[in-house]
Amino acid sequence: MSWTRKILRVNLTEGSCNAEDLNMDWADQYLGQRGLATKYLVEEVDPKVDPLSPDNKMIMATGPLTGTMASTAGRYSVVTKGPLTGAIACSNSGGFLGNEFKNAGWDMIIFEGKSPEPVYLWIHNQHAELRSAADLWGKTAWEVDDMLHAIHQDPQVRVATIGRPAEQGCYYAAVINDKHRAAGRSGVGTVMASKNLKAVAVRGTLGVGNIDNMNQFLQAVNDGKQVLADNAVTGQGLPAYGTQVLMNVINGIGGLPAHNMKNAGFDGAENISGEAMHEPRKSDGKPNLTTNAGCFGCTIACGRISTVDPEHFSIQGKGEQYQGASGGLEYEAAWALGADTGVDDLDALTYVNFLCNEDGIDPITYGATVAAAMEMYEDGVLTKEHTGGIDLRFGNAEAFVAATEALCSGEGIGPDLALGSKRLCEKYGRPELSMSVKGQEFPAYDPRGIQGIGLNYATSNRGACHLRGYTIASEVLGIPVKTEQTDTDGKPELVKAFQDATALVDSSGLCLFTTFAWGMDNIAPQIDAACSGDWSVEKCLEVGERIWNMERDFNNAAGFTADDDKLPKRLLEQAIVGGPTDGQVNRLGDMLPKYYEIRGWNAQGELTDETRQRLAL
Amino acid sequence: MQKSLHIDPVKCTGCLQCELACSYEHTGSFNPSRSYIKVFTFHHEGRFAPYTCTQCDEAWCQRACPVDAISVDFTTGAKVVADAKCVGCKVCTIACPFGTINYSQATGKVVKCDLCGGDPACAKACPTDAITYIDADWTGYDRMQASAAKSLPSAEANA
Repeated sequence: MSWTRKILRVNLTEGSCNAEDLNMDWADQYLGQRGLATKYLVEEVDPKVDPLSPDNKMIMATGPLTGTMASTAGRYSVVTKGPLTGAIACSNSGGFLGNEFKNAGWDMIIFEGKSPEPVYLWIHNQHAELRSAADLWGKTAWEVDDMLHAIHQDPQVRVATIGRPAEQGCYYAAVINDKHRAAGRSGVGTVMASKNLKAVAVRGTLGVGNIDNMNQFLQAVNDGKQVLADNAVTGQGLPAYGTQVLMNVINGIGGLPAHNMKNAGFDGAENISGEAMHEPRKSDGKPNLTTNAGCFGCTIACGRISTVDPEHFSIQGKGEQYQGASGGLEYEAAWALGADTGVDDLDALTYVNFLCNEDGIDPITYGATVAAAMEMYEDGVLTKEHTGGIDLRFGNAEAFVAATEALCSGEGIGPDLALGSKRLCEKYGRPELSMSVKGQEFPAYDPRGIQGIGLNYATSNRGACHLRGYTIASEVLGIPVKTEQTDTDGKPELVKAFQDATALVDSSGLCLFTTFAWGMDNIAPQIDAACSGDWSVEKCLEVGERIWNMERDFNNAAGFTADDDKLPKRLLEQAIVGGPTDGQVNRLGDMLPKYYEIRGWNAQGELTDETRQRLAL
Repeated sequence: MQKSLHIDPVKCTGCLQCELACSYEHTGSFNPSRSYIKVFTFHHEGRFAPYTCTQCDEAWCQRACPVDAISVDFTTGAKVVADAKCVGCKVCTIACPFGTINYSQATGKVVKCDLCGGDPACAKACPTDAITYIDADWTGYDRMQASAAKSLPSAEANA
């Protein structure tokens, strides 16, 4: 058990909300959340569908552990075909929304069609209805959150919503819940906007039970919590510095890309690091970091809650919402908004991060897109005529702030930046400057200095992404074992192992960050105790591999081929200059054939019949 | 020895493990909406505050109850609601100056912290020691100690 066994199907074209039984055979094969929602999507949607057409569907899905007392068990995912990439999209978020869905009695919500008018979905336990969002359309995610709380008069209502860029067609709009948690990547918020669905507001009071073996579950959960508490990363590093603990570490090993990945190594890294966020500032004697925060049920609490320096230029004369605390910089955002754009002004980055949350923008793709625009500006391809007068040089904090405000309001250079780097660079005739795979931008680890992550980027099913297979754990941090970052030997096996395990974790309701401390031998017992059926380590890994291959199959059917498993030339040919990784390029060609082989794919990157049979696909 | 729940909001991360533990202890499912301890989030200030009944010796709720449904558990000092007697009149919720006794639509009775019979689930579940269960005579002394530390001439002596 542990699933509620109920799906809410919302047909936006007809305006109907209907309950369905969960397909328990599929639950046994795909567990929940990412895996199970993707199964529903591939069964119901043509892989060649236009992502922004009414024929695409969007699924919000919890895992079987979501809403339970297991540490970090508040996650949900948004699964759809992504507009940024045209590939499968699955964006995972924490905060307090997933548990609220579960408490309302739903494992997942399937949205189909397109509403004739803007609407939002209101869920109160079994009751679900579409309501007019006429007043909400055109508002920011933060405004919508406040307005829905005012309408429903219940402080415990949880809201997921989109901001203005999603409505304007920005290709990388996020779904924001609880004001500063995001299903961030691949443009899942853009799909939501294309359906005229502005928000989902949910209140659940039914409780999460149905645990298969409660005593066994509580024991496994407590054992797991102890492991997290005793581990140096999850017990100390992440609560103190958040993921920002990585900024100085990754820069130190020559793995921090800078200036649109022209080179690795950023002089200003220390200024925007987790340590810098603890430094008291001159104006009010307070540090950037106000407190750390946990998502639902999380005993790690890596979340950053920050305030901008009250004297900083970015917030002068601006709204009250920027003068107080809100979600602060995480590592990937700090890298993309900071190192990649060359801006080392911590407060400017914090303000831009606020705007990304307030208006529902993926800060990784956004930062990388601005970085590409900055390179084109410095090359003279973009001029002030294109930028609306903004002097978009690398490192110019004022320009960066102005560009972000333009994106949010849809004015000036905003519509260009809303394209994402691939479309932007193609538009201006410099496609080689987009640092992306399958149209999605890289996160914060240089694949020239860290080989395995390059293979993971190239093969990630949702385009470049660290969260599909975080080999950094092994290649840099030595988790679970250290592999040499500049070696390619053994990396195909490493990438596959991380990708498969991650697919399982993303399907459970747990947070991937637990895997800094937890192995599958910590996770499987929690799933096994909660769910009916036998969830051994072996079965979990098999389910993870099945999910990975299902996603791959969808992408192949959508038109992706082996030609799309590639990295930009810059990372394959332009060696890093200076620092610990001097002279390195990514040697993708040394790893990719072996990766296909161990995946059980042919040379075109397609599943062989044997693989389909082995994984029951 | 009487013990008290001691709450240090500065340590709270807002994770709601206390609410999960409390609701499981009292309802058998994970249901924050039915927890007797609540964590309030003050977003703009970046603060979290767990809050529940402090078990007053002279309890307003107990005095206000017209049907004597609230009694003292003499082993823990907890003020406990007897469901069989409670008529759901909510007078206690008006009397309590802290708002920590509440009406539940699910049961038609009022609900409040009962210290789990002397082994509070919230304190056990809290990952950061924001909620602890301590000797009642020691409530407040951590703050007194912190104030005392500030009065020392040298910063190194801070405890």
